[in-house]
Amino acid sequence: MFVAAAMVLVVLGSLLFHLWSPWRETPIASNWGFIDDTMKLTFVVTAAGFIGVVGFLAFCLFKFRHRPGIRAAYEPENQKLEAWLAGVTTAAVIVLLAPGLAVWGQYITVPDGAMEVEVVGAQWSWSFRLPGSDGKLGASDVRFIDSANPLGVNPGDPRGRDDLIVTNGELHLPVGRPVKVLLRSIDVLHDFYVPEIRAKMDLVPGIVTYFWFTPTKIGEFEILCAAFCGLGHPQMRGMLIIDAQADYETWLKAQQSFGETRKSLNGAGAKQALAP
Amino acid sequence: MTDAALEHGAGVPTAEVEELELYHPHGWITKYVFCQDAKYIALQYSGTAIAIGLLALLMSWVIRIQLAFPGAIPFIDANVYYQSVTMHGMIMVVYLLTAIFLGGFGNYLIPLMVGARDMVFPFVNMLSYWVYLLAVIVLAASYFAPGGPTGAGWTLYPPQAILSGTPGREWGIILMLASLALFIIGFTMGGLNYVVTVLQGRTRGMTLMRMPLTVWGIFAAAVMALLAFPGLFVAAVMLLLDRTLGTSFFMPAIVEFGEHSKTQGGSPILFQHLFWFFGHPEVYIVALPAFGMVSDLIATHARKNIFGYRMMVWAIVAIGVLSMIVWGHHMYVSGMDPWFGFFFAVTTLAIAVPTALKVYNWVLTLWRADIHFTTPMLFALGFLVTFVNGGLTGLYLGNVIVDVPLSATMFVVAHFHMVMGVAPILVIFGAIYHWYPKITGRMMDETLGKIHFWITFLGAYAIFFPMHYLGVLGVPRRFYELGETAFVPPSAATLNVVITVMALIVGFAQSIFFLNLFKSLKYGKPAGGNPWRATTLEWQTPETPPGHGNFGPKLPIVYRWAYAYNVPGAPEDYLPQNAPPLTVEHRS
Repeated sequence: MFVAAAMVLVVLGSLLFHLWSPWRETPIASNWGFIDDTMKLTFVVTAAGFIGVVGFLAFCLFKFRHRPGIRAAYEPENQKLEAWLAGVTTAAVIVLLAPGLAVWGQYITVPDGAMEVEVVGAQWSWSFRLPGSDGKLGASDVRFIDSANPLGVNPGDPRGRDDLIVTNGELHLPVGRPVKVLLRSIDVLHDFYVPEIRAKMDLVPGIVTYFWFTPTKIGEFEILCAAFCGLGHPQMRGMLIIDAQADYETWLKAQQSFGETRKSLNGAGAKQALAP
Repeated sequence: MTDAALEHGAGVPTAEVEELELYHPHGWITKYVFCQDAKYIALQYSGTAIAIGLLALLMSWVIRIQLAFPGAIPFIDANVYYQSVTMHGMIMVVYLLTAIFLGGFGNYLIPLMVGARDMVFPFVNMLSYWVYLLAVIVLAASYFAPGGPTGAGWTLYPPQAILSGTPGREWGIILMLASLALFIIGFTMGGLNYVVTVLQGRTRGMTLMRMPLTVWGIFAAAVMALLAFPGLFVAAVMLLLDRTLGTSFFMPAIVEFGEHSKTQGGSPILFQHLFWFFGHPEVYIVALPAFGMVSDLIATHARKNIFGYRMMVWAIVAIGVLSMIVWGHHMYVSGMDPWFGFFFAVTTLAIAVPTALKVYNWVLTLWRADIHFTTPMLFALGFLVTFVNGGLTGLYLGNVIVDVPLSATMFVVAHFHMVMGVAPILVIFGAIYHWYPKITGRMMDETLGKIHFWITFLGAYAIFFPMHYLGVLGVPRRFYELGETAFVPPSAATLNVVITVMALIVGFAQSIFFLNLFKSLKYGKPAGGNPWRATTLEWQTPETPPGHGNFGPKLPIVYRWAYAYNVPGAPEDYLPQNAPPLTVEHRS
């Protein structure tokens, strides 16, 4: 019957759309293939649910459509069936949650030896800070920000003097090394989003957030902002460039340290008074 | 000598309930403007909600036209785009859906379905509508204020919501927050009415477990509203203070376009917790009345009792309770303590169980039923398909690690539209086609109704199902324009055009519904008191439309549950709740 057929067509159409869709996940360029695997598992379970429920619905619509002389059955409840359905659904939920939570456990556990990199977001640009040869990032605070110190590095902290400051929106990282990305915002919420990495996290003014990943492919990947941050939100772009180790080191050498940037900007003699 | 009662459970009614003293209007103003009759207030709420909803529909066209044809209309710049996104979202969720389910259907159906003459606090009920109307006017006024409406996104996250990089910083955000505060005050008044009327205003024999599921759904939603709205209220007040007095509830020390702020120590994440503590129950406040009503639509038009009524009630309550402890799933990438991710993922996926049980029970109601494909039934079926789809995509987003790449993409937009924008709206339409004969005494046109259904159901599905795939690809939400973005292929732009065309078609097709609504007032077939042969009390009133006081001189006495369809041994295929118990003599 017409309505039943329409429901079947909706299911079939959706299935075909999925199979023919050219819109797939971007090719992954990080270690987080587990996220993709969990998504695929979720698809299998949810597709089975959709096809099963709507298919059974369509069957009922056909078999039990009104015809003269038909009377419906009277069946207030069936506790056994309901318990069984509850059991199956709970099992399906566990099948999704168990791997999902296992991967989340990995997501929040930064591996030992991960290098640290800091991303600083502002309306509407990305800047970066890398620890220098001492391997430590200096302390920072928004109140140190001025035109000579756009990332607010604490000039009094010796560990910050050799931090590399990158303000052209291009972050290079070496392929194959786990990196803990520290996230800091100087104004509003932002989100460091590179679709090929899968991992992402908000930047929250007032605190430092983080996520970690290991780049697995050499290439250039656009950075977008994934937390609405005002009119310039769609234009807040950067570039993540994954290099072979040698190229990475070349880039590293070309970056200015915090101490050097202050020397060159202070050439005009302005040691800006800290704003109130 | 008593006849043996054929019906199991047709118990002796409980002790007498004292009759409510009914308010009687005097002049024109108290009869047609400040009317205290819940049925009238229901129509006021519904009319206002639909009117402001049409404005929000217009906003959606602005959004879709910009996404499909970026820059084609010079008027739609980034300011206008974000203002449209914000107003569309806030109006649809709060001012349309919540208002129409609780204020509209709640007011009309609760007293009638529980056998009461009116709500228990009619004066406060009347006031609640005028507070709601004031809230709507304050919100609409932001279009005329300097700087226009706020463009902060319906979630209004600080710090950006009150800073100069976001449209509406001058007045729009202030009017929005004031409007929300007014709305919450109004809905607290209304909510108290709905809850207390269900608890105290039921007629003799109407036990809680004999109430139709429509009442259960609205009742649970009203309880949740009373618990959840205060979260938004305090967040709105604190944000208003941050904006107007420079307080630091949500504002840390920042540097805004080179200017150091005077604020410090505030927490943007605190706002998110407060907002979503409201925001998640809010979506169930919209969904639960829809669940309740769809049960009654299916039972009536399939001539069959709802399968597993007790489980359906349990599930509504369980969903209501669980929905208060899942809010963190909107904050998985907010930077909140990562350990919360485990907790909220578990509670969020747990809520899938009672929800799925309801879906199974709806479908099992259709098993061995006698299905009439009337317009209300069609919309109920459309709800089932779209709600199953939308609910299942929620399983992706609820599982914390899968949410990480999908959050803030079009996948989220597609999910919440399917599950909140399509499914409940289909229920609203079905409910209007179903109860229109009781409200007006006339039937709506079935042919126009069916055309309206097929275009809306298939069209809306075609809008939002493909949209998920843009999200899988990684296309972000709240982007005024994608510009040149390497990972987005040109085919995505084509998909955006198709979605927009479908949206415009579906939008314009709603005119068929309005045509039908108004035409049937005059030319609709006279309906009689119970054209659908339904069991619930609203169909057993002596007058149609029901008069003031609903049931005439004597309140009904209830002898059975709301789903006595095709009871074996009964003379007809339905037994109204207030029909006397079947005896041996009835067996024909």
